Amino acid sequence: MSLDRVDGLDKLSGKSAFVDDLTVPGCLFGGTIRSPVARGRIRKIHFSTAVDWSDFVIVDHRDIPGSNEVALIESDQPALASTNVRHLHEPVLLLAHSKLHRLREGLRSIRVEIEAAPPLFDVEAQPTKEMLQHGSDNVFKRIDIRKGDPASVFAKASRVIEGTYRTGSQEHVYLETQGMIAHQEGETLVVRGSMQCPYYILDALTIAFDRPKERFRVIQCPLGGGFGGKEEYPSVVAIHAALLAEKAGRPVKIIYDRQEDMAVTTKRHPSRVRHRTAVDDDGIILAMEIDILFDGGAYVTLSPVVLSRGTLHATGPYRCDHVHVHGEAKLTNSPPYGAFRGFGAPQTLFAIERHMDVIARDLGLDPGELRRRNLLCQGDTLATGQKVQDGVDLTALLARGEELAGVSLATQEYAAFNRSHPYLRRGVGRATFYHGAGFTGSGETHLASEVWVEGLADGRVRLLTAQTDMGQGTMTILAQIAGETLSVDPRSIEVVTPDTSLVPNSGPTVASRTAMVVGKLIEDGCRELQRILDSGSGPPSGKDFQNALELHHRENPGDLLRVSRSYQTPPGQNWDEVSYQGDAYACYSWAAHLAHVEVDLRTFQVRVTDYVALQEVGRVLNEVLARGQIQGGVAQGLGWTLLEEVILENGAMKNHQMMNYIIPGSGDLSPIRVFFEEIPSPSGPGGAKGIGELPLDGPAPAIINAVCHALSASIREIPLTPEVLMEFLGGKE
Amino acid sequence: MSHFDLTLELNGKKVTRKIPLRSRLLDALRYDFGLTGTKEGCGEGECGACTVLLSGRPVNSCLVLARQAEGCKVETVESTSTETLRRLNATGTSQCGACTPGIVMTARWLCDNPQTLDLMSLREFMSGNLCRCTGYDGVLSGIECLLDQEEGES
Ligand code: FES
Ligand code: FES
Repeated sequence: MSLDRVDGLDKLSGKSAFVDDLTVPGCLFGGTIRSPVARGRIRKIHFSTAVDWSDFVIVDHRDIPGSNEVALIESDQPALASTNVRHLHEPVLLLAHSKLHRLREGLRSIRVEIEAAPPLFDVEAQPTKEMLQHGSDNVFKRIDIRKGDPASVFAKASRVIEGTYRTGSQEHVYLETQGMIAHQEGETLVVRGSMQCPYYILDALTIAFDRPKERFRVIQCPLGGGFGGKEEYPSVVAIHAALLAEKAGRPVKIIYDRQEDMAVTTKRHPSRVRHRTAVDDDGIILAMEIDILFDGGAYVTLSPVVLSRGTLHATGPYRCDHVHVHGEAKLTNSPPYGAFRGFGAPQTLFAIERHMDVIARDLGLDPGELRRRNLLCQGDTLATGQKVQDGVDLTALLARGEELAGVSLATQEYAAFNRSHPYLRRGVGRATFYHGAGFTGSGETHLASEVWVEGLADGRVRLLTAQTDMGQGTMTILAQIAGETLSVDPRSIEVVTPDTSLVPNSGPTVASRTAMVVGKLIEDGCRELQRILDSGSGPPSGKDFQNALELHHRENPGDLLRVSRSYQTPPGQNWDEVSYQGDAYACYSWAAHLAHVEVDLRTFQVRVTDYVALQEVGRVLNEVLARGQIQGGVAQGLGWTLLEEVILENGAMKNHQMMNYIIPGSGDLSPIRVFFEEIPSPSGPGGAKGIGELPLDGPAPAIINAVCHALSASIREIPLTPEVLMEFLGGKE
Repeated sequence: MSHFDLTLELNGKKVTRKIPLRSRLLDALRYDFGLTGTKEGCGEGECGACTVLLSGRPVNSCLVLARQAEGCKVETVESTSTETLRRLNATGTSQCGACTPGIVMTARWLCDNPQTLDLMSLREFMSGNLCRCTGYDGVLSGIECLLDQEEGES
């Protein structure tokens, strides 16, 4: 069924109040003074004498009551730089004023004087001694996945095919920028704003202020988009707003404008992936050696886990008994790279899927045929030894995708077209891939997510989770899951907006885990509620359920009928964090994406003329929302592939405005045709699996493979902007 | 003179507020008239999130000085009929909702001026409203629903 978005009318009418839409009486405006250089030592901070500073609130690192860090995996990132800076735009000082134009004047009138040190921008370069800033080698995280004995296979192999692939960064461009309001309420610091993970912020605040959790309350406002960009970064804004509010003794609102947001916040990790593949004459893959390098930026933040997901997707959906994947995330003096929809997988999947076409070309095989010979079958194992048992038939999935996209006819037509047309070239490309749903490895076990389901006296049900709705439809999906489980109208289900003083910690809203992992807990909680209300004639549902609920409350006045459900590791799921062996994810979603392109050799523009996205995501819970997730993800992936170029200057984004960082508009796209295969999965509610990130993985390889088909070329790098393509084709002046 | 009295015919009602001279129409609507339905996405005329109808024409309110709107008719997303909202919701026109008010206003103008589509496709027409969530297919089918309904009625 497709329940219309429960928050849809409020979004459409503009009634949904984002953080900047809130008016808080007596609120000050907060802003950030940042490092003007990429690396160095802070010498002095100069306040212009032309400004009257008496009515400004000024905060620096000495005002931090607890540990000066933005707590995440490690504690290396300061909330406000004290002695050294490691990247351009690193926060140094905070200002607040009751008048926005005075705040702006203040921000313009402070100069941070820094004794510059040589910055490191090239992640591929071997760092010299003076460039070392993290450990003994600037490596944030190193991961190896080993299977079989690739070295001995390579030693005997008659055919080894190599390729190096690179992907650029990408800015999220959620349409609502970062923002946070903090104020004191008695003993409690209340922070509300745009965030994916309220409990991450709560943890970061307790450490920066060295106070117990009970002294903070973190509330999520409706989000104008996240895509991972509001996973870890909002902790920075939250700490800043809280510091200013505490010092001012008044509420403080920090809202980044678009240019600040694009310049300073996290982006997708740039990558370089090298493949060496041993194949036999029939194109059967014998051994794979994959070497991955991610640019992590200046602090550790989430790079280790982004790298982890990247390495775990690096082999693609192919059978291979001898594998070595090596991954490293390393420091540079760029603002930290961070979570972005796909989380490392789009980078490594671009590499393997492009490499498959390179191998096919080398062998003179059709790229579809090469894939068919190597695709995983049920019972095969991934590089970690995890057995594939989702019931998906990848060969059939690819065949259906090729049929939906009309590949064989198009291939013939394009050959004739390309021979005769003076300047247009057409091609078709494909990508087959998978995306692990939920946290990696034992992540879900460590999180131990908890949800509450409450049966109310008026016969309604209330769901309490920390899951945020950033546009993907959390509120609708959770209401729908509960409604379907209980056979009641989902519109009667109340989904509580995350507020750490009200909801349990059901984990962050990331990793395509909400519908699957948290949804499953909600389903279990609803079932438990039915069991409690069972008066002997079986678990009640529908009207009976509501009657039983009302009866329960009449008989037990004032009872809080609350069921708590916590994540339990499914029996038989094992993961070894050290050897990287075992079940890396509870389950996987699978896809075949196909793109048709037309390249204009006059303008070097690539136009995607048709896009087929076929995926197996378990049971589709809500057709309209699911299709919207796929189409939005494909559009974002297309942007990363063809349009979106993050130009770095001194390590940070130079083109930090929407005028010169181009995201796809409706005119840049053709209809994105979405199809589902549905094989109910035991992992999620009603058989659902994760969906949100999967669509980001396909467009880059499918589109570039199509361009390479059109041009008989071998392009190994994105973004493929017209300028890059012009150079590639030798159109240099 | 740092402030002036701005009078608008705002969503059918005549209203006046004293506002800073330097205000953009967007700021006046959001902060002085309290209509926060209109959103700011970029502040430089690129994204269309701030689209309102000024004297019946769609404009990026971040590029219009409040003073330029003096005495004019201004329509914002708050004046949209529930029926229109409901139709748009059914196709997935909105996900996060940040681009949405601008899209709704552009769509409303198109419904009043459907002959525009003789000159260009709906896809081209909508290309001034950027959306990062939907990939536009849900948006375009929502607007097609509105146009079909208008046609049915006329
Ligand atoms: S905010 Fe006006 S066009 Fe983007
Ligand atoms: S719905 Fe989020 S930007 Fe359009």
